Amino acid sequence: MSDTIVNLPDQSTARIPKMNYLSRENGILSWLLTGDHKRIAILYLISITFFFFIGGALAGLIRLELLTPQADLMATDTYNKVFSMHGIIMIFLFLVPSVPATLGNFFIPMMIGAKDLALPKINLLSWYLYVIGGIMVLYTMMSGGVDTGWTFTTPLSTHYVNTNVVTTGLAVFVAGFSSVFTGLNFIVTIHKMRAPGMTWFRLPLFVWANYSASILMVLGTPVLAITIVLVMLERTMGIGVFDPTKGGDPVLFQHLFWFYSHPAVYIMILPGMGVISETISTFSRKRVFGYTAVAFSSVAIAVFSFFVWAHHMFIMGISNYSMLVFSLMTMLVAVPSAIKIFNWTFTLYKGSITFETPMLYTFGFMGLFTIGGLTGVFLGSSGTDIHLTETYFIVAHFHFVMVGGMLMAFLAGIHFWWPKMTGRMYPEKISQLAALITFIGFNLTFFPQFILGMLGMPRRYAAYPPEFQVLNVFSTAGATVLGVGYLLPVLYLVWSLKYGEIAGDNPWQATGLEWQTQSPPLTENFIETPIMDHEAYDYEWLENQKEKEVASAG
Amino acid sequence: MPDSSAIDHGAEQAAAHTGQAHDEHPAYLRHHFNSTEQQADTTNFAMWLFLVTEVMFFGGLFTAYLIYRNWYYPAFVAGSHQLNVIWGTLNTLVLICSSFTMAMGVWCAETGRRRGLVLCLILTLTLGLGFLGIKTIEYSEKIEKHHVPGFHYSLQSFTNPESDPEIFKEYHDKPLATDMAVHTEVYFSLYFAMTGMHALHMIIGIGILTFMIFRARAGAYTTGHVTFVENFGLYWHFVDIIWIYLFALLYLISRHGT
Amino acid sequence: MSEPTEYEEHEHHEDDAHHIVGPPVYVVILIALLIGTALTVWASFIDLGFWNPIIALAIATTKATLVVLFFMHVWYSTKLTKLTVGAAVFMFLTLISMTLADYISRAWGSW
Repeated sequence: MSDTIVNLPDQSTARIPKMNYLSRENGILSWLLTGDHKRIAILYLISITFFFFIGGALAGLIRLELLTPQADLMATDTYNKVFSMHGIIMIFLFLVPSVPATLGNFFIPMMIGAKDLALPKINLLSWYLYVIGGIMVLYTMMSGGVDTGWTFTTPLSTHYVNTNVVTTGLAVFVAGFSSVFTGLNFIVTIHKMRAPGMTWFRLPLFVWANYSASILMVLGTPVLAITIVLVMLERTMGIGVFDPTKGGDPVLFQHLFWFYSHPAVYIMILPGMGVISETISTFSRKRVFGYTAVAFSSVAIAVFSFFVWAHHMFIMGISNYSMLVFSLMTMLVAVPSAIKIFNWTFTLYKGSITFETPMLYTFGFMGLFTIGGLTGVFLGSSGTDIHLTETYFIVAHFHFVMVGGMLMAFLAGIHFWWPKMTGRMYPEKISQLAALITFIGFNLTFFPQFILGMLGMPRRYAAYPPEFQVLNVFSTAGATVLGVGYLLPVLYLVWSLKYGEIAGDNPWQATGLEWQTQSPPLTENFIETPIMDHEAYDYEWLENQKEKEVASAG
Repeated sequence: MPDSSAIDHGAEQAAAHTGQAHDEHPAYLRHHFNSTEQQADTTNFAMWLFLVTEVMFFGGLFTAYLIYRNWYYPAFVAGSHQLNVIWGTLNTLVLICSSFTMAMGVWCAETGRRRGLVLCLILTLTLGLGFLGIKTIEYSEKIEKHHVPGFHYSLQSFTNPESDPEIFKEYHDKPLATDMAVHTEVYFSLYFAMTGMHALHMIIGIGILTFMIFRARAGAYTTGHVTFVENFGLYWHFVDIIWIYLFALLYLISRHGT
Repeated sequence: MSEPTEYEEHEHHEDDAHHIVGPPVYVVILIALLIGTALTVWASFIDLGFWNPIIALAIATTKATLVVLFFMHVWYSTKLTKLTVGAAVFMFLTLISMTLADYISRAWGSW
């Protein structure tokens, strides 16, 4: 088994640097009115973790209900509300902002050699919009929730339910603008604030991935916004735009909704893929294979993702011609994702691989995202989709890509950059254990759901035929394990803030400008503007740096 | 063609940099930027990206309009006939002139003409208010005639056009069957959604203009820091462009239908 | 100043984004827009069948283009700005055309 690449300073003499972005100012206002992208990232991290656990609790309720075939734990209407809120919270309040708003906010300026994002006040506004949206969702939950599913399909949401569609819609509208402003900020920053020598093709792939996701945020989210406005007008004033009795078309809602919501899934996954590029390079001590291909594939995913939305609507009454076109485009959009997986795999080949926690999560991602992505291709084929849609196969598919993929990537990123953000290392053994528990729990939870879907169990049902119970019990058991796996990081990461080992500047010996500064970083990131004179993932350059340091210290 | 008689805006920047101490940043230069050029260019790009989001925001409404107009053509024609082309044309002229005055305002800011800037902003504001005034007249007409969806919507004008003498005189529409007349509500939904969303953007713009007039009087925009005015100008022109399309789609294209 | 940023090196040979557009240009464009408005209103009074919407939208697009190019200075802007405008138009057209493609291919007129 290979050694670890972790290289910590001598713990008896190491100290957290006195002057850093955390110690620079004190008091609650210095946090609530900050313009510092790093502080805003921490604010986001705390908020999204909070909402993650609420969404997780709702997931627990879902799995508890599904232990038995009858709808015995809660009324079916309540169950509808539980899965709807679970989806809304997890998608809009956790997954969409997860990597961009925390790791992206923190590290994009550092990776490009800038002092901050282009628009710090807009960055803070983004966070406030997120919090307001989140509070509105909480209010919705407390006043009875919404039971339309996170997809708000009309005419159910506009005419047939009496729940808080308008409030929830408004909450999502507000949170959506948080996302738009974050994306806008990133695009402007990456175009205009790169340090001297930092050309596009020397950028870390994490930056490319977030750039592509930001394009999606900026172009797609406003369409969701206007769709929500129309739904709210339909509900409050009966304007008739989605009402069949007045000549409106419910399918039009779906076209407009999925025009955003399909790119949304790429908004969610692309930043995670960016994390994987960083970790896979660092923990195989090797340049990412085919840098250009990976960079362009991020952009390709962003562009193509706009042409596939109706694959969510194959059974909704769209024309056969549309099914053909959207099915074909869906096949094409899978190609850039596959290119990334291949390139990451080739990065591993002949690399010096070590198995620190971020790498464990990375391997988890590679396997689980591949399965999830492949099943997406199955679903993209319209004939298969007609059989599998609205079953647990879909549920399994998107949980594989979102939880097995994105959430694992998020955790990989959090562990990878934790030492940089806090100056402290987390305890390695327990974190590796947590990663393993998560992986086992995840597979136990969601793999049976593929089978359930194939066997025909519909999604969004509180009651199901008894022959599906065994697999559901496996799934719930897995969910319990998974819950433990997600709880542990919160505990040991918080623990590490006080008791973790001092990490030093570059515990992973990674390339990348963020690792050439102190941990935690200064508020202005760099003492003087760095000049980029080497390619990304240049480990030889790193060796030379270390030799220079040794030579000069002596 | 480039205007060669313009005052060189760059000279001001050059003067700020040459011969003086190293740290003579203008007060408005934020610390994370290296230069005022970078700051101006960055904020300009940011405003353009925001306008891109606005294009997609209105885009959803245009998509709905496109589809429903093709589905319910007779109803949309009848609905469109309820709109007054004179008011619509007047509104278009008002907005085009306000775009002109706004562009002139940007020029004044760029060339340091404080009084000119204030005048242009006031003219833009006045024209904007004029637009909203005309819109109010149009909307109250709709309210009187019960053409507001969801609020005692009446099919009378469409099933019996002769009951609406002014419109009938101009267009001589045939009566619509009830099942088609019902779809005029969709037309008016989109009419109010689109013009309402546009008017909301106008109101926000007018609010910002008011703020800008006070700041402009204090000389905030004529001492080199013109980006706020320039970027607001972009926003204002965009709102004008939306209206140009709304005017065509709502008022003009359905005047002759069978 | 210290070494130019990547941004500054890159922008150096682009169009001068700080080019000031003066009143003569604006007046010409204003007149063009006013003429366009008169034209489109006049055309709407004449029954040209299916050409009415086409003409109206063509004139509207011309007017919008003039506003974008000259009032919003895109004619004098960097490639990036032009690309951004293009991206917005492209995405808008994608939304409309692909949605419409579904409706056109689906029992058009049978509702």
